[in-house]
Amino acid sequence: MKKTTLNNIITCGMVLVLFIVCGFLSSAGVLGSKLSGLLIPIGIYIILSISLNLTVGILGELSLGHAGFMCVGAYVGGVFSILVQDVVTVSWLRITLAIIVGGIAAAIFGILIGIPVLRLRGDYLAIVTLGFGEIIKSISNNIYLVKDVNGLHFSFASPVSGTDAATAVDIFKGAQGIKAPQDTTLLIVVIVLMISLIVIMNLVDSKTGRACMAIRDNYIAAQSVGINVTKYRLVAFVVSAAIAGVAGVLYSHSLAVLAPKKFDYNLSILILVFVVLGGLGSMRGSIIATIVLYALPEIFREVGDYRMLIYAIVLIAMMIFKNAPYFKDLFEKFKALPVFDKFRSKNKVKAVGGESK
Amino acid sequence: MMSFISYLVNGISLGSIYALIALGYTMVYGIAKMLNFAHGDIIMVGGFTIFTAMSTAWCPVWLSVIIGIVVCTVLGIVIEKVAYKPLRSAPPLAVLITAIGVSYLLQNIALLIFGSASQSFTSVVKNVAPVTIGGVTISMETIISIVVSLIIMVCLTLFINKTKAGKAMLAVSEDKGAAQLMGINVNATISLTFAIGSALAGVASVLLCSSYPQISPYTGSMPGIKAFVAAVFGGIGSIPGAMIGGILLGVIENLSKAYISSQLSDAIVFLVLIVVLIVKPTGIMGKKINEKV
Repeated sequence: MKKTTLNNIITCGMVLVLFIVCGFLSSAGVLGSKLSGLLIPIGIYIILSISLNLTVGILGELSLGHAGFMCVGAYVGGVFSILVQDVVTVSWLRITLAIIVGGIAAAIFGILIGIPVLRLRGDYLAIVTLGFGEIIKSISNNIYLVKDVNGLHFSFASPVSGTDAATAVDIFKGAQGIKAPQDTTLLIVVIVLMISLIVIMNLVDSKTGRACMAIRDNYIAAQSVGINVTKYRLVAFVVSAAIAGVAGVLYSHSLAVLAPKKFDYNLSILILVFVVLGGLGSMRGSIIATIVLYALPEIFREVGDYRMLIYAIVLIAMMIFKNAPYFKDLFEKFKALPVFDKFRSKNKVKAVGGESK
Repeated sequence: MMSFISYLVNGISLGSIYALIALGYTMVYGIAKMLNFAHGDIIMVGGFTIFTAMSTAWCPVWLSVIIGIVVCTVLGIVIEKVAYKPLRSAPPLAVLITAIGVSYLLQNIALLIFGSASQSFTSVVKNVAPVTIGGVTISMETIISIVVSLIIMVCLTLFINKTKAGKAMLAVSEDKGAAQLMGINVNATISLTFAIGSALAGVASVLLCSSYPQISPYTGSMPGIKAFVAAVFGGIGSIPGAMIGGILLGVIENLSKAYISSQLSDAIVFLVLIVVLIVKPTGIMGKKINEKV
């Protein structure tokens, strides 16, 4: 068996076992209501962080608008569920359909946004994705959707005109958001999580993934060997957006009310923190970081206030330790200590040269 | 018509504040080739410093303003030394994430000290009556913002083009290695750039918090991001570009608030950024730089 395949199976198995054990413990009542309540959000956040890892870790572009794609998925899926609530009464079927609809909507947004955004790189790309996230948030803050006997009425201003007062039902109420049916169950989250994990890990190991990593490591070199840079970047970006949208659908169906202000810049940053601290490009790292960083502050409420502060410091410290020349030298010296000789593989030859600026 | 003029004047006032912030972004970007995400939060720190200083009885307004600007300047230099300097040779993604970390750190420190609710900021010119020119009433804050920004922009342009330190900044932003060979102290120049940029953020914090008399830990982030949009709009790295971009963006924002939708004005500002980057990624005054292999 290939090493990567084995690694992927271990990662999938790890997640599956963890959730099955936790699921059983929670249904047996061992876990307590507080921890059981965390399982669904943790699953959703894992989906978000592995999808962001595809953009940041594999593609090497900093996207600060991940919450925007989640927002699109959450609201499109949520509105869809509310509309078909009377037709499709089976909750698992309804959420499956909602996931498909929300995922496709987020993918379409990914394409629409990706085409202009992916012409840019680095800082510009980061700030434009941030801008898109804010645009999506402020537009959703102003959507008013009302259903009555005549059909759907849509407006950007508060009392929606021309509605039949007797039968009017608010579906999307601007800054107050939507009330989607609570269809998300732990089983559905785990199934979606496994599917997205397998999709992402296979994408990373495929031709597309290798092309993306080549582009990340050296854009010009990748271009010069004939890699269609735009195409592969777009594919990775859209897959990442679609999976974020799916996570959004799960999210909107797990809460009683979902207001657009939830999808702000801070949410994007929080997911980015999970990805960076887990290790860029490592799916297993993202999963572990998400579980630890999400669950610990919820369990230790006392440190809750300091959570973000600690994240910020760890984020800075981690970047400096990994990249500053002084610490890099120190780390190399540490690795060269004779104590570690037996861990080093003997036939590995250190790569020389080829360091790009 | 009168209301249009007053919207326009307010837009120019907001725009000149954006221009001051954008100058900080553009100078740092030009010289260190990094997007200083924490720039907006330096404004917030400045605002809170002045707020705290003014709420103590013994501190007069002028002294509070000076304290605020000094604190911003020192903070800028410290951030550069501690967080950015070790990463000079690091990949851009690492630097960007560090900058986001610094921004987050400042926000959360302010959050722990002052809480998340916004507090009302006393304008530094609270007892001065608004001026009426030809039927248009303009508040003192608006006039001061425009005048102060204009003076600063003129001084900055003179400083950069006429003094030795200013020319050194231009040289370092052009080519770091060559500048070092010519005997320019690159590290000192970069620190100076951060100091000037942060001092400008300090001035901007006075103007911003006086014009929009509220302050919270999130005060700085939106104006900061918009000022970055302004810097890109004008052509990043270009000092006149930042000024023009800032003022144009302020006018666009205020007019769209007045005539389109106050809720969607943020979306419109970001739309401007996206259109600019698609149509002319180098901005109004920017130079096109070809990537060398």
